[in-house]
Amino acid sequence: MRGWVLPAAIFAALAVLPFLPLGAQSGFVMLLATRAMILGLAALSLDLMLGGGGLVSFGHAAFLGLGAYAVAMLDAAGMNDALYVVPAALGAAVAFALPTGAIALRTRGVNYIMITLAFAQMLFFAFGSLADYGGDDGYTLNAHTTIGGVRLLAHPGGLYAATLLLLLLAYALCRVLLASRFGRALRGVRQNRARMQALGYDPFALQLAATLIGGALCALAGVLLVNQAEFASPAYASWQRSGDLLMMVILGGVGSLHGAILGAAAVVALEEALSRVTEHWPLIYGPLLVLAVIFLRGGLAGIGAGIGKRRDA
Amino acid sequence: MPDPALSLRGLVKRYGALTVTDHVSLDAAPGAIHAVIGPNGAGKTTLMQLVSGFVAPDAGAVLLNGRDVTRLKPHRRARQGLARSFQLTAVLPEMSVRENVALAVQSRLGLRWGFLRRAAGDARFDAPADQVLARLGLADRADVPAARLSHGERRQLELAMALALDPAVLLLDEPLAGAGPEETARLVSLLSGLRGGPAVLLIEHDMAAVFALADTISVLDQGRVIASGPPEAIRDDPAVQAAYLGESL
Repeated sequence: MRGWVLPAAIFAALAVLPFLPLGAQSGFVMLLATRAMILGLAALSLDLMLGGGGLVSFGHAAFLGLGAYAVAMLDAAGMNDALYVVPAALGAAVAFALPTGAIALRTRGVNYIMITLAFAQMLFFAFGSLADYGGDDGYTLNAHTTIGGVRLLAHPGGLYAATLLLLLLAYALCRVLLASRFGRALRGVRQNRARMQALGYDPFALQLAATLIGGALCALAGVLLVNQAEFASPAYASWQRSGDLLMMVILGGVGSLHGAILGAAAVVALEEALSRVTEHWPLIYGPLLVLAVIFLRGGLAGIGAGIGKRRDA
Repeated sequence: MPDPALSLRGLVKRYGALTVTDHVSLDAAPGAIHAVIGPNGAGKTTLMQLVSGFVAPDAGAVLLNGRDVTRLKPHRRARQGLARSFQLTAVLPEMSVRENVALAVQSRLGLRWGFLRRAAGDARFDAPADQVLARLGLADRADVPAARLSHGERRQLELAMALALDPAVLLLDEPLAGAGPEETARLVSLLSGLRGGPAVLLIEHDMAAVFALADTISVLDQGRVIASGPPEAIRDDPAVQAAYLGESL
C-alpha cells in the first residue's frame, strides 16, 4: 500500500502547483519547478540504471547534451516539430549509448565510472567544438520545439504541463520496467551478478538494455531543458552535471524512482536558496550533501517511507 | 553405464608457474553423485569455476551432454543444462525466497525478457517455484527476503534455485560448508534425494557426508586426479591416504 502514496502525493502537488495563489512569485516558482521536473526526469532515467542495474554512470549528462543538441541542430535547419526532434534525440541517445555502453559494460566498479565519465567528456568537448552551433558559447534557439505544429513549449504553462506529463509517463514506464521480468532480472544482476549468470541470465545484455532505455529517457529531458533555457550549451553534458544527477539520485534514495524526483527538486531548491544567501553557496551546499548522505539512509524517499510506516503502525 | 552428462577432458589451468588444474579428466553420469575431494589447495574450487565457465581453461575441454561448451560463457552453459551452487552462498538478498526461485523458473522457461507484465505474482513462475520450495522444506519461508534466511536455509535456497532450472548437471561447491550438525543432516538427506535426477558433481570437505552420498569419488591433489573410483576403493587407496597425510577418511 505504502508504495504509491508518496509518488502520488508528489505528482498531485506538481499538478496543483500552477493553480496556487503565489502572486508575483508564481512565474518564478513555475520556472524552478519546471527545471526541477526536467532534471527529475534525467535523474529518474539514471535511477533506472543505478537503482535497477547497479550502474554508477558518471556520464549520464551526455544524454542531456545529446537531446539538447538534437534540438539545436534541427533548429538551425529550420526543423522544430517534435515529429523530427523527438526521434532525432532518441536516435542520437541510442546511437551513443550502444557503443559506449557496450565498451563501458566490459568493466566494473571504478573503471566503469571512469569510462562513462570519459565518454561523456568526449561528447562535451565535441559539442564545444561545433563552430556552427556556437562552439563553447552554445547555441541560442530560434524557435521552441512545436508539438504537431502547436507552440506549446513556448509558453511557461505549456512547458510545465508537457514536462509534468512526460515525467509522469516516464515514471510509470520505469516502475513497470523494474517490476517486469526484465526489471527483476536486472535487479538480480545488481544483487548478485554471478548468481544470475549461473541461472542463465546475461548481465551484459540486461545492463546494456537498461543503459539504452535510461539514455533515451534522459535525452528527452535534454529536449525539454533546451526548450526551457532557449539555449543549448556544451555544459549540459559536463561532468559536473553528471555528478549533479548522481547526487540527486543518491540524495533522493537510490532505486525508489520517485526519490530521484525529490532529489532533483531538493537540489534545485537548495541551489536557489543558498545562492541568495551568498555567492559562495557551494561552500554550504557541499557539506549539506555530505551530511544528507551520511544521515539520510534511503534518501528523501526513505523519510517518506518511514513516515508512512509509522502511520501504518 | 549411461553416457556421461558431464565430461571433462584434460582440463589444464595455470596461474603463472602454478598449475592449479593439471590434465583433469572425469565423467559424471546422470542420476549419480560424483564427489571430488582433496586437501586444501588441491584445485577443487578452480575446477568448479572451469566447469561452470567462470574461469577459462588453458587446455582441455568441457562436454555437456556430448556438446563441447568450453568456449561458452557461464550463462550459455546454464542454458545448456548446467546448474551450480557457490562456495559462498549466492542468493539475491533483497528478493523474497519465492522470487529467487521464480527467477530460475523464468530462465528455465526461456522467458528471461519481458518488459511490461509484472513478474512478481506471475503463476507461471511462482507455482513451479513453490513446488521446489515445498520439496526442499522452505515453503513456509517463501515470502521472507533471502537476506533474512539462516546460513543453512540459504544453502537450501541455492539448491532450490539450481533444481528449479531442472538441470542435466548440478555442480555443488561445498554445500555443507558452515552448516551446523542439524542443518548438515537435513542437507545430506536432501542431497541423497537427488540420486536418480541430474548428474551431480559434488565438492565437499565433510568426509562422512561424501562417503555417505557419493557413487564415485575422485581425489584431487596438487591439481591432478590421483585416484577415482567407488568409495570403498578410495578409502583404501594408499596414494589417497598419503595425500591426506593421515587425516582419517
